[in-house]
Amino acid sequence: MENQYKMSLKLEQINYIYGTHTAYEMQALTDISLEIHKGEFIGVIGHTGSGKSTLMQLLNGLEKPSSGRVLFEGKDIWAEDFDRKMLRSKVGLVFQYPEHQLFETDVLSDVCFGPRNLGCSLEEARERAKKALAMTGIDEKYFADSPFDLSGGQKRRVAIAGVLAMQPDYLILDEPTAGLDPKGRDEILEQIAKLHRENGIAVLLVSHSMEDVANYVDRIIALNQGRLMYDDVPKAVFAHYRELAEAGLAAPNVTHILHSLRERGFDVDTEAVTVEDARDTILKAMEKSV
Amino acid sequence: MGIIRAKEVGYSYKRLNDQGEVESVRQALNNITLDVAAGDFIAILGHNGSGKSTLAKHFNAILAPNEGTLWVDGKDSRQPENVWDIRRTAGMVFQNPDNQIISGVVEEDVGFGPENMGVPTEEIWRRVEESLRAVGMYKFRRHSPNKLSGGQKQRVAIAGVVAMRPKCIVLDEPTAMLDPTGRKEVLKTVGVLNKKEGMTIILITHYMEEVVSADKVFVMDQGEVVMEGTPREIFSQVERLKSYRLDVPQVTLLAYELRKQGIPLPEGVLTNEELVEALCRVRAAGEKQFTENGESV
Ligand SMILES: Nc1ncnc2c1ncn2[C@@H]1O[C@H](COP(=O)(O)OP(=O)(O)O)[C@@H](O)[C@H]1O
Ligand SMILES: Nc1ncnc2c1ncn2[C@@H]1O[C@H](COP(=O)(O)OP(=O)(O)O)[C@@H](O)[C@H]1O
Ligand SMILES: [Mg+2]
Ligand SMILES: [Mg+2]
Repeated sequence: MENQYKMSLKLEQINYIYGTHTAYEMQALTDISLEIHKGEFIGVIGHTGSGKSTLMQLLNGLEKPSSGRVLFEGKDIWAEDFDRKMLRSKVGLVFQYPEHQLFETDVLSDVCFGPRNLGCSLEEARERAKKALAMTGIDEKYFADSPFDLSGGQKRRVAIAGVLAMQPDYLILDEPTAGLDPKGRDEILEQIAKLHRENGIAVLLVSHSMEDVANYVDRIIALNQGRLMYDDVPKAVFAHYRELAEAGLAAPNVTHILHSLRERGFDVDTEAVTVEDARDTILKAMEKSV
Repeated sequence: MGIIRAKEVGYSYKRLNDQGEVESVRQALNNITLDVAAGDFIAILGHNGSGKSTLAKHFNAILAPNEGTLWVDGKDSRQPENVWDIRRTAGMVFQNPDNQIISGVVEEDVGFGPENMGVPTEEIWRRVEESLRAVGMYKFRRHSPNKLSGGQKQRVAIAGVVAMRPKCIVLDEPTAMLDPTGRKEVLKTVGVLNKKEGMTIILITHYMEEVVSADKVFVMDQGEVVMEGTPREIFSQVERLKSYRLDVPQVTLLAYELRKQGIPLPEGVLTNEELVEALCRVRAAGEKQFTENGESV
C-alpha cells in the first residue's frame, strides 16, 4: 500500500496564474488537487481555455505552479535537489499537433533525439527508438524515410514514439487525435490502449471527443474554467450530461439516446456510455417489453 | 447549371529541384466530376490525404486544375481574369481560428475583407453589423478576439467571410480544434446561413454527426469522389465507409448493431429522434403480435 501510494503523481492545491503582476494576469487553474497512479488510463476533458494544457505542463514540470505542490512519487518536484530532467523522461508529454515538431532528416533519428538528450549512447538510443516505433505501429520500412513524407496519422505516431523512447511511466497526450480521419483516430487510440495494457504505462488523454474518452478510459477528470469539476468513473461523470453541456462539454451521444428511451418507458440502463453497452441494455429492455 | 461544377478535374502537386526541373509529381485529384446546386448544404468526407483540401482550394481558385475544367458560378477557374470574381463568390474558412484572426477587435477583423475589396466605409460598417448578427456575435463586436472561445473565434472568422457577401462558403475542417459546444455553435451558424441567407455551404469534416443534415455528401478516397448521395444513402453503407477509413454517426452505428441482433430497424438511421421513434414502433408491433399470439392459443 505504502509503495503504491508512492507510485503516483500528485497535485496539491495548485493555483496557476499566467502573467502575474501584468495587465494580462490570467488565473488558468484554481485550487486543483488530484492524484494519478501508475497504470491508470484517465481522460481529461474541458472546454477550450479550461486549463487542460496548463495542467498537463504542470504535471511534467514544464510550468511551475504559482502556489501549491506537485509531488512525483512523494517528492516535491520544485525542491532544490529534485532532478526535473529525470521527471520529464518519466512523465512524457506529447503536445498538440506534435508532428509540427518533427525535424530530423529520417524517422529513426527523430525518435533517437529524446534518449540521446537523456544521455543514452547512440546504440542504446537506437534500440529504444526502434522499440518505441514498434509500439506505435510504425513499420521498419519507414525508418529511413523523411518524417515529412509520411501521412498525417503516421507523423503523429512518430512524434508519440519520440516521447515513448524516453520510457516514461506516465504518458500525457494533448488531443492526440485532433484532425485525424476516423480510422486514424481509432488506430492511434488502439495503440495507446495497447501500450497501457501491455506496458502498464499510465495514460492521460486530453480529448474533445466524449465518445473516444468513453470508449477507452477508466476515470475522467473534467475541468471547467480552471477548476476541477468532476473526477470520477465515466458513467458517473456522464450522468451529469446537463451540467457538462453548460460547461462546453457533452455526454457521448448514446447517453442522450438512452435518456430519451427511458423517458419513453423503456427499461434501459442510462449509465451505458459506449455503443456496445447501449446495444446490450436496449436489447434487454426490448426482450422485456415484448 | 450549379454554382460549382467540375468536369474530369485532375490536379498534381509538382516538386521542383534546384534547377527548376520537376523532381516528383503527386496526383492529388483524379477525374473529379461534380455539380453543386446553388443553395445546397454539401459535405465532403474523406481520409487524411484523400484530396479534400486540394479540392476546396479549387473552389475558390487558390488552385486551378491541371486537367479538366472547374467552373464557379459559370466562370472557368483556369482563366486568370476570373480569379478575382471566383474568390468573391466562394469564401474560405480554415481549421485554426487563431491563424485567421488578425485584428485586436472583433468588428475590425470582420471589416478587413470588405475593406480590402474597396467597399466604401459606410457600407463596410453595415456589412460588419449584418455579418456579426448573422453568426450571433454582434454583442462581442468590441471584444478582443483572443479572449473568445474557440467556437466564438471560428464564428468571427465566418463573419469575416460573410461580410464579403459570397454566394458560397467553403469550410475546411472548421470544427477540428473545437470543444463540443464550439462544434455545435459553428454547425448551427452555417445552418442558419444556409437556410436563412440561402448561401451554398461546403463543409469538410471528420465528424460524421456534422453531416447528417446536409443535402448531399461526397466521399473522397485517394483523390477521387467515390460516393455521392444523401446522408441516408451514404450512412446506410457502414462497411463501405469503413473501407474508406471513415465511420458513421454514433446513432447510426447503434441502430446498425441493433439490426444485426435482429431488431427490425430501418437502414441509415441518422438522428436520435429517428432511432427512439423506430424502437417505439418495434415495441408497439411486438406487443400487438404478442397479444394476437396470446389470443390464438
Ligand atoms: N502562454 C499563455 N499566456 C497567457 N495566458 C495563457 C497562456 N496559455 C494559456 N493561457 C490562458 O490560460 C487559460 C487556460 O489555457 P489552456 O491551459 O491552454 O486551456 P485548454 O488547454 O483547456 O484549452 C486560457 O484562458 C488561456 O487563454
Ligand atoms: N503543397 C503540397 N505539395 C505536395 N503535395 C501535397 C501538398 N498538399 C497536399 N499534398 C498531397 O496531396 C494529397 C491530398 O492532400 P490534401 O488535399 O491536403 O488532402 P486532405 O485535405 O483530404 O487531407 C496528399 O497526398 C498530400 O500529401
Ligand atoms: Mg489545450
Ligand atoms: Mg485537409
